[in-house]
Amino acid sequence: MEGIKSETEDKLKMDGIKKELRNPSKATHQDYFGKAISYICITLVGCLVLSILYFITTRGVATFTENHVNLWAFLSGTNWNPGMLDSHGQPEVGALPMIVTSFCVTVLAALVATPFALGVALFMTEISPQKGTRFLQPVIELLVGIPSVVYGFIGLSVIVPLIRHAFGGTGFGILAGTIVLFVMVLPTITSLSIDSIRSVPMYYRSASLALGATRWQTIHKVVLRAATPGILTAIIFGMARAFGEALAVQMVIGNATLMPHGLLTPSSTLTSQLTTGIGNTTMGTLPNNALWSLALILLLMSLVFNVLVRFIGKRGSMKNEFKSCK
Amino acid sequence: MQTYSFDQKHIIHIPTEKALTTENLQVFYGDNHAMHDASLEFPRYRITALIGASGSGKSTYLRCLNRMNDAIATVKGKIIYRDTNINSKKINVYEVRKHISMVFQRPNPFAKSIRENITFALRRNGIKDKQELAYRVENSLKSAALWDEVKDDLDKSALALSGGQQQRLCIARCVAMKPDILLLDEPASALDPISTAKIEETLKELRKSYTIIIVTHNMQQASRIADYTAFFHMGHVLEYDKTEKIFTNPQIKATEDYISGNFG
Amino acid sequence: MNSKAANNVATGVIYLLVTAVVGILIFLLGYILITGVPHVSIHFITSAAESFRAGGGIRDQLFNSLYLLVLTLIISFPIALGSGIYLSEYAPHNWFTGLIRTAIEVLSSLPSVVVGLFGYLLFVIKFNLGFSILAGAIALTFFNLPLLTRSIEESLEDVPNLQREAGLSLGLSRWKTITGIVFPAALPGILTGIILSAGRVFGEAAALIYTAGQSAPTVSYTNWNPFSAASFLNPMRPAETLAVHIWKVNTEGVTPDALQISSGASAVLIVVILLFNLAARFLGNWAFKKMTAAK
Ligand SMILES: Nc1ncnc2c1ncn2[C@@H]1O[C@H](COP(=O)(O)OP(=O)(O)OP(=O)(O)O)[C@@H](O)[C@H]1O
Ligand SMILES: [Mg+2]
Repeated sequence: MEGIKSETEDKLKMDGIKKELRNPSKATHQDYFGKAISYICITLVGCLVLSILYFITTRGVATFTENHVNLWAFLSGTNWNPGMLDSHGQPEVGALPMIVTSFCVTVLAALVATPFALGVALFMTEISPQKGTRFLQPVIELLVGIPSVVYGFIGLSVIVPLIRHAFGGTGFGILAGTIVLFVMVLPTITSLSIDSIRSVPMYYRSASLALGATRWQTIHKVVLRAATPGILTAIIFGMARAFGEALAVQMVIGNATLMPHGLLTPSSTLTSQLTTGIGNTTMGTLPNNALWSLALILLLMSLVFNVLVRFIGKRGSMKNEFKSCK
Repeated sequence: MQTYSFDQKHIIHIPTEKALTTENLQVFYGDNHAMHDASLEFPRYRITALIGASGSGKSTYLRCLNRMNDAIATVKGKIIYRDTNINSKKINVYEVRKHISMVFQRPNPFAKSIRENITFALRRNGIKDKQELAYRVENSLKSAALWDEVKDDLDKSALALSGGQQQRLCIARCVAMKPDILLLDEPASALDPISTAKIEETLKELRKSYTIIIVTHNMQQASRIADYTAFFHMGHVLEYDKTEKIFTNPQIKATEDYISGNFG
Repeated sequence: MNSKAANNVATGVIYLLVTAVVGILIFLLGYILITGVPHVSIHFITSAAESFRAGGGIRDQLFNSLYLLVLTLIISFPIALGSGIYLSEYAPHNWFTGLIRTAIEVLSSLPSVVVGLFGYLLFVIKFNLGFSILAGAIALTFFNLPLLTRSIEESLEDVPNLQREAGLSLGLSRWKTITGIVFPAALPGILTGIILSAGRVFGEAAALIYTAGQSAPTVSYTNWNPFSAASFLNPMRPAETLAVHIWKVNTEGVTPDALQISSGASAVLIVVILLFNLAARFLGNWAFKKMTAAK
């Protein structure tokens, strides 16, 4: 009797388990729910980026489609005065001065910053990793942490007067912009260079040192060479930051939409023109559209920097694969 | 390296009640055919050991049994549990894992207190009653032979335990779920001999109410605790029999070489 | 020159460069604190700004900065968490994931003015929100999302796979494994990431000048009704932040004590950001200790 009872109980339990195995449970629904949430979030981010690209592009091309400004005239013209017409009855929207200035400050800042960045990176990786990480890591973090308006303010109250005293003129201009940007891109280039130098395998160094090379020879011939793609990437990231920096530059560049004649004359970058201008123009008019075209250039340049980084990354890894194949 | 034929196999059928059966189980990691045709029957309330050289597919096989390979591999063939093929898309894997639980090679307690390590999954499965939870904590820790060592600091972080204690906590965590079958993947390989002995004791005790399948590299361990033993070689199961048969009178050359240490 | 001498020269140059960089930082911090701190007083922090007279404070700007920060984090954290979970836990290896990763990279390298202008175009103009805290918080969210997402993704990925397997093998759903096991284990890293991003958001100005605006209307700090126009909590009012204020008094040049005000405000800004940095370190360590402690 007992045996039969427990047997039927067993059978019932077994049927229950079989059913559970076949049917969705709370866990299944939880999983759909979680997956849905995370997909929604990520799609949101994707849509956001797409709509940024879309909106800036549509506004940016209005200068050419609605106001019929010639693209070439826009890129190569040297007079920026969107409210006025030139002698041919064409609006004066030559963006070249801003483009040139933007590139000047960007390249100069990266050029100046790179040796310092490499110096710090080599110190932290090759010369004194312990002390370096202990003291220089916070230095880099603090430099990143200082907001750009503060950099701009110090540029305005220290660098500009200094230049004025030393070289005459107003003090505003590409030189002041370069100095401010140099400090701002320094931490970017440094920390990315550190990553790339750290990823050079240790045995490269030991092999070189074992062959009797000095530390500098090892750094110069082995470490830096192996880390070159990474360092280039670091420099491009730094340049991207410099190119897109707005307020700090705007505060020290002088904001004169003139072709720069040297490092000391006031001029204007794409970003500084944008920040100064957007608020003073009416939506939908040519002067406003022309500013959106500047924003479009900024956006496109940021994409170009992205592509460059990817390209270098690919080349770098291809070279390494080739090496390991050999 | 000596090559062994895969055609000669010696695989017995289990006369008693079976807890789990696999039929023609095959596993592919992308193009890598890691498991060919494994057909085994596991007796209820017995310990079965899976032995074999490194890379022979023991973990691969074991992880299929509670569908832990779903995300990383393609698994073909049948896994029969309670008359149901659980290797099917339609099966609710979460239910499967409640009945077939797994302990891993390296101890992996949650970054929570000892108590929460055990109660966490229980709560998620709807057990909210405080007394029931306390009872399960105590019972599972006792059956994993850990209770005496930790009963006074159940609220301590589990990460502060020693490796052997952590592994026994992981066993307790599974036992608390009251599964049917316990899968263990080299549970003692990261542990010292004393902890290992404790875990073996634990397993022998658990055998009374659980079906246990354990992967081990340690021949002595297999012969000490297992009722049945399966020998894996390069993705094939070559021999499966009672443990004493495998260790005293293996039928297959590869098995013999492996257990006598003349392998490879 | 022999190699030994070259070695010494190079080492010397590296030391020189490092000294210069450290010198620059010391100068920057020293300048801000030495010129700024003397202007920071209770009065400075608790009184309203003045446009054309000397002696204005930064009360409203400071509050706006904090309020914007809180709103930004409230909006961006859930989205970043969801995206981070997608990237670290669910993302299959396919074109969609690749596209998303590229999109996030693009977003993180976009100049903040461009992000700000987008916010201006969409929210201030198209949706007619006007210059408002809400528009500013959304713009800052765009600015904050990529980095926060990435730091959350990294923290989640740092949790060993064994933890996920442990959860799954107990019959927990993937979602419960993530929220109940992986997320708590990643919490120290996530906290650090949030606080560091808070520092960035706090100092950001370019994304705000055309979204949250450049004016700080007088608000009542006793009016707790967020729908009332005069309430300090009203998210639809324009709100100049501390960083924007520094920029504005310097570029407009109508405030007689612009230099003093910017020094003081910069000092406050820097001190707050330093505190964020310290807090990030401290809280991260604390949470980690708490998690592994033998209590
Ligand atoms: N996640 C994976 N992806 C791809 N291949 C895998 C994966 N895991 C295991 N393999 C392959 O499957 C084969 C069997 O591996 P498995 O881990 O099952 O061996 P094992 O018998 O458990 O070995 P060990 O004793 O070292 O744990 C190996 O060839 C291995 O390379
Ligand atoms: Mg294994």
